[in-house]
Amino acid sequence: MTATPSSALPAHTHAHISAPAPNAIGAPAAAGTLPASPTPHAPGPRPVDIESPGYWQQVSARLARDPVTIISAVILLLIVLSAIFAPWLAPHDPYQGNVMTRLKPVGFPGHLLGTDETGRDMLSRLLYGGRLSLVSGIVPVAFALLIGGTLGILAGYLGGAVNSMIMRITDVFFAFPSILLAIAIVGLLGAGLFNTLLSLTLVFIPQVIRISESVTTQVRSLDFVEAAKLSGAKPLTLIRHQILSNVLSPILVYCTSLVSLSIILAAGLSFLGLGVTPPSAEWGLMLNALRQAIYVDPVVAALPGAVIFVTSMCFNLISDGLRTAMDVRIKL
Amino acid sequence: MTQTTLPELERPLSPRDRGGPQQPMLIVADIKKHFPIRKGPFGRVAGAVQAVDGVSFSIAKGEVLGIVGESGCGKSTLARLLMRMMAPDAGSMIFDGDPVDEHNGISINQLHRDVQMVFQDSYSSLNPRMPIVDTIAFTPIINGLSAADAQARARVLLNQVGLAPNLFARRYPHELSGGQRQRVNIARALAVQPRLVILDEPVSALDKSVEAQVLNLLVTLQELHNLTYIFISHDLNVVRFISDRVAVMYLGRIVETGDVDDIYRNPKHPYTRALLASAPSLDPRRRTQSAPLFGDPPNPINPPSGCRFRTRCPHAQAVCADRAPVATPVDGASSHTVCCHMSQPGSGHTDAPAHNEEVAA
Repeated sequence: MTATPSSALPAHTHAHISAPAPNAIGAPAAAGTLPASPTPHAPGPRPVDIESPGYWQQVSARLARDPVTIISAVILLLIVLSAIFAPWLAPHDPYQGNVMTRLKPVGFPGHLLGTDETGRDMLSRLLYGGRLSLVSGIVPVAFALLIGGTLGILAGYLGGAVNSMIMRITDVFFAFPSILLAIAIVGLLGAGLFNTLLSLTLVFIPQVIRISESVTTQVRSLDFVEAAKLSGAKPLTLIRHQILSNVLSPILVYCTSLVSLSIILAAGLSFLGLGVTPPSAEWGLMLNALRQAIYVDPVVAALPGAVIFVTSMCFNLISDGLRTAMDVRIKL
Repeated sequence: MTQTTLPELERPLSPRDRGGPQQPMLIVADIKKHFPIRKGPFGRVAGAVQAVDGVSFSIAKGEVLGIVGESGCGKSTLARLLMRMMAPDAGSMIFDGDPVDEHNGISINQLHRDVQMVFQDSYSSLNPRMPIVDTIAFTPIINGLSAADAQARARVLLNQVGLAPNLFARRYPHELSGGQRQRVNIARALAVQPRLVILDEPVSALDKSVEAQVLNLLVTLQELHNLTYIFISHDLNVVRFISDRVAVMYLGRIVETGDVDDIYRNPKHPYTRALLASAPSLDPRRRTQSAPLFGDPPNPINPPSGCRFRTRCPHAQAVCADRAPVATPVDGASSHTVCCHMSQPGSGHTDAPAHNEEVAA
């Protein structure tokens, strides 16, 4: 782990520490050679510090050796890029149908992936649909991470009455299955992209709270937090400097897996007609519209489902890879 | 930048000794901590673990007080009480003449500028995501030192605990051995220039050779920084090596205190004797074949009445169940006191010295 070459050390470093790092516990007679006053150092430039790889460096090094995660990341990156550059990549207008070319199969001349039930180009619609689907996957989780993470860490760190209040409210949300809760909220607020995002955020906040509270509670009881408290630092300073770096990785891992769930839930809401409204291109909505054509052309009908599957699979695999690379054990 | 001097905190050094040389560094009077045991759906208090039950002692400036006792006798709870990491249920503390956490005394934050602690578990007491130099510099920064000065001080301290700053400053705890981590912990405790350091089993997790190095380091640092130590351990040899005075704890109470030679050469309390007898002999021909003490310590939820040691004491009599013994000076020496009816004149124990004998002495 600390394979820094010792040749990086200038020759004129301290005399009694020239021993190689591994047995420097000893510094054999360290106590004996301690000076009665702080060591006067040889004049000259301070020797260069040996840098240890930081935590995130180690994580990325481990990720770089994990082919599954790399491949998932590359596929995901392609999906994201294609969604961002959809206007330039799409061969047709995704909203412009043509009655003459309805439900053409994959490979139809001019329509690489065929056409849908109103003759719109599937490839263009899938590219544009990625925008909405990715937004509805990432945005709710990002907000849930921000709000839920803050509340969860506060609940875990402060404990006591604050913890009870936050966690009991969280428990109420857990009494409902998440898809039902999302449907109920959207049903209340009305269909539409904003309401979908809002309802998914509300569904995910309790889950993020619970995971952050549980990891923070574990970290809080460790001695280094007690020791840092002895400095007289305020709770927020302690959370920022001592707690956050230790709880962030499990929370991030969990949130990555939530993204795939969020995409599926958003698609599900659109499928039920509670999400974005036609004629918007969105994978869940497209799946719903093509459902009736499944006997005419099952391959075209299955395409939106396939992209949902691939995208959420990528997020899941990345989450898995992160978990291994960060050596995180998630307990609920 | 040279690392020759420690950058000072904003308070001057000389006025720190407020009470003068005769004032003890710390006086602890009758400190208590009972942990309530809650049962049932409404949290009814069904009893209390009497972890620390009326401990009193004082420690002079520059002294090393060793606190020994077997596992579960309340040593670590006592350390946490002294650090005020938990509030005591009763009792008071006076640090260098100033009452702690009372309206005319010093606050707990002020206490922590003068009293710091080294924890037993060297691994969990260091932040795994922080280079050790940042861990050491954290407390001075919180107390108003600039980041650069705090880093410089951390490097000086690393050097003083025998870890070369350029090799170790940027390392993470998991890259260090147990002994190295405990050195970092010591450096962290010294980073605010405390006057009293509480060492809670600082060497129990280390192997013997490393233990000796760390003990020597502690002795050297004590001279270098003018420190007073409270050294908590279950290891009698370690305590004998480092302490000037020793307090023996049993089940939340101090049963015997005295100068280290008094305790080790002339132990008065049956528990102290049993503890000393349980240390393995280095001579195989004098191997101890029978355990000097049988059974486990009693449950601190329902400690025995009177003397708490009576259930395991070979000399227990009726009086031991009736009344708790009080601290009595041994042989007129005021520094050596013992809580045992056998040493308390007129206690009613058949082995107790006669009443008038004590008056004569």
